[in-house]
Amino acid sequence: MTCALKTENIGKIYTIGHMQRRRGRNLRETLVAQGTSLLQGLRHPFAQRRSSSATEEFWALRDICLTVEPGERVGLIGRNGAGKSTLLKILSRITEPTAGRAFLYGRVSALLQVGTGFHPELTGRENIFLNGAVLGMTRREILRKFDEIVAFSEIEQFLDTPVKRYSSGMYVRLAFAVAAHLDPEILLVDEVLAVGDLAFQTKCLGRMNKVAEEGRTIIFVSHNMAAISRLCNRVVLFEKGRIVRQGDPETVIQAYYAQAEQTSGRLVLPADFKAGAQIEEIGVTDENGLFSSIVKVHRDFFLYMRCRVHEKINRATISMTVLTLDGTTIFVSRHTDALHTETSELPAGDLCARVRIPAHFLNTGSYSLNLQIIGQSAGKDRAVLDSVQQALNFRVEETGSLSPQLNAGRAGVVTPILPWSFE
Amino acid sequence: MSEIIIEPRKRVRHIWRELWLYRELLFFITWRDLIVRYKQTVIGIAWSIVRPVITMVILTLVFGKLAKLPSGDVPYPLLVYAAMLPWQFFSGTFSVSANSLTSNANMISKTYFPRIILPATAMLTSLVDFLIAFSIYFLMMAWYGMWPDWRIAVLPLLMILAAMASLGAGLWVAALNVTYRDFAIVVPFIMQFGLYISPVGFSSSLVPEQWRLLYSLNPMVGVIDGFRWALLGGETRIFMPGFVLSTCLTILIFFLGIRFFYKFERTFADII
Repeated sequence: MTCALKTENIGKIYTIGHMQRRRGRNLRETLVAQGTSLLQGLRHPFAQRRSSSATEEFWALRDICLTVEPGERVGLIGRNGAGKSTLLKILSRITEPTAGRAFLYGRVSALLQVGTGFHPELTGRENIFLNGAVLGMTRREILRKFDEIVAFSEIEQFLDTPVKRYSSGMYVRLAFAVAAHLDPEILLVDEVLAVGDLAFQTKCLGRMNKVAEEGRTIIFVSHNMAAISRLCNRVVLFEKGRIVRQGDPETVIQAYYAQAEQTSGRLVLPADFKAGAQIEEIGVTDENGLFSSIVKVHRDFFLYMRCRVHEKINRATISMTVLTLDGTTIFVSRHTDALHTETSELPAGDLCARVRIPAHFLNTGSYSLNLQIIGQSAGKDRAVLDSVQQALNFRVEETGSLSPQLNAGRAGVVTPILPWSFE
Repeated sequence: MSEIIIEPRKRVRHIWRELWLYRELLFFITWRDLIVRYKQTVIGIAWSIVRPVITMVILTLVFGKLAKLPSGDVPYPLLVYAAMLPWQFFSGTFSVSANSLTSNANMISKTYFPRIILPATAMLTSLVDFLIAFSIYFLMMAWYGMWPDWRIAVLPLLMILAAMASLGAGLWVAALNVTYRDFAIVVPFIMQFGLYISPVGFSSSLVPEQWRLLYSLNPMVGVIDGFRWALLGGETRIFMPGFVLSTCLTILIFFLGIRFFYKFERTFADII
């Protein structure tokens, strides 16, 4: 036994969609569902059970074999939903794997969020003890490091103020200060550096570097490639629940960038129990209806969305927003724009919508898409029922113009062909 | 060097040892809940006295004065208060532990610790309330010029029984409430009529002889009868078959509750 951590074919299944809805969160639904399936079983004892076909299983993680030597600093990267956080949750024993085994040798601390267990009513001092205990420190350990923690957090004068009166920056500083003084042999960290102001982030990264130099084993999940390359000596790239590449930071991060470029122009979203309605898929298609993340400036293309409406929605608005990558809104289009009725309602069921974006409208460049469903469902107030923020990017490209006069490289976000008249 | 093995459907074998390892967390969360409960209140911890005392006064007025129910040779307020003590301990533990997992959902989905700590915390905070309210009982006894006899020595055992009944029931609702939030709604309702179907405001000797065994299916009947027997002294009798039945049922609820809780513990982070 020389390694610090070893996983053997770790896998995790999440059951999504129909199954979860059948089980419900509501006792009545469960009883009714169980009752009807029992009745069906009695009536047609030899019929195949429907439940199996209604179940949709999804491997969030599959066949993960990873060995980490003591003192190694391993970065896990990949797009959202690639499985890296799920792996961290399994390693920190929060959730259980469906398959495989993992061995950890040494004292493990997991830092999946800063300030877990913080209570707004308690003072800074009280929260240091509470949070320390939640993270697995003993009371004696906290007492010993108390002054160090306070110094690191830079909030001495507010130590006896309830944290509900803290600014968000102070809150984060205190929370990270506690976490930074953990003393494990294996440290599991999930994207916690993405908080606080820049100066404090630098300080945190410095602290992490120091921990790393002390020979601790670190497993670090982040989208911040600069932090990953600074901190880690090995990087593992995840895609759709599997490890697709691992090795030295430079090459694997390059591979990650390459992967991000060739997206399919289509995004299927995981089921997430939204009340009323749920966006299930968004995408960009070319004029023939094929998904593509790259469309042509001289051709029409479509923004596509598919959603499931659980219950009829009144006063509904579906809106699509196209933004530049730096977050500037270019336009918002609502499905009610062309309706001439006072009310708009969406019936229960599946719903697909396409919005045609005319040729010569968006200029060449990269854009991202937001989607939102607003409405009244199940007698509640009108509210956002589901939304997707900048989860899908697409690029508009110049590929041979129709007219010799239209050439590339024009400035501007839009590139309309406008009628000119001469007097 | 410690070794952790993670595998699917792993049986938790060292429930008590693990609980011991995490005893400080248990302590800190109990301490947090106690502090937070009385933050920004005027009379603070005195609420632990005011609530049982007022309930006792009302029950005495209704059952003792209006309905004129008999209380044997003990003053009616003492009869009620001796039952109030375990009842408040039970209802506090039961109703707080029902929400203990869902109200700490963030901790469950972001850190590892034995989840049983959360319902256990609910029991410990109720225990603190119990001890404070218990001190009032002695004042009341002194007021009535009474003195507890040797039977009070049995009280710690009865307290363990009360703890098993309330934590056992609490573990069931806590685990069920993770998936079915209905239980959060049902629990206050159960507590409301539980006060009347348990012998809190009256003596269980009022229940007709032929129904007493059936009545003892309520685990709190055994606990409350035991408390009265230990605290009131004098002529107070205990209906033994009923007490044994209640006790067995309590033990069953407790151990099945632990099994049930640990069976579903693994899925809490995914469902909550």
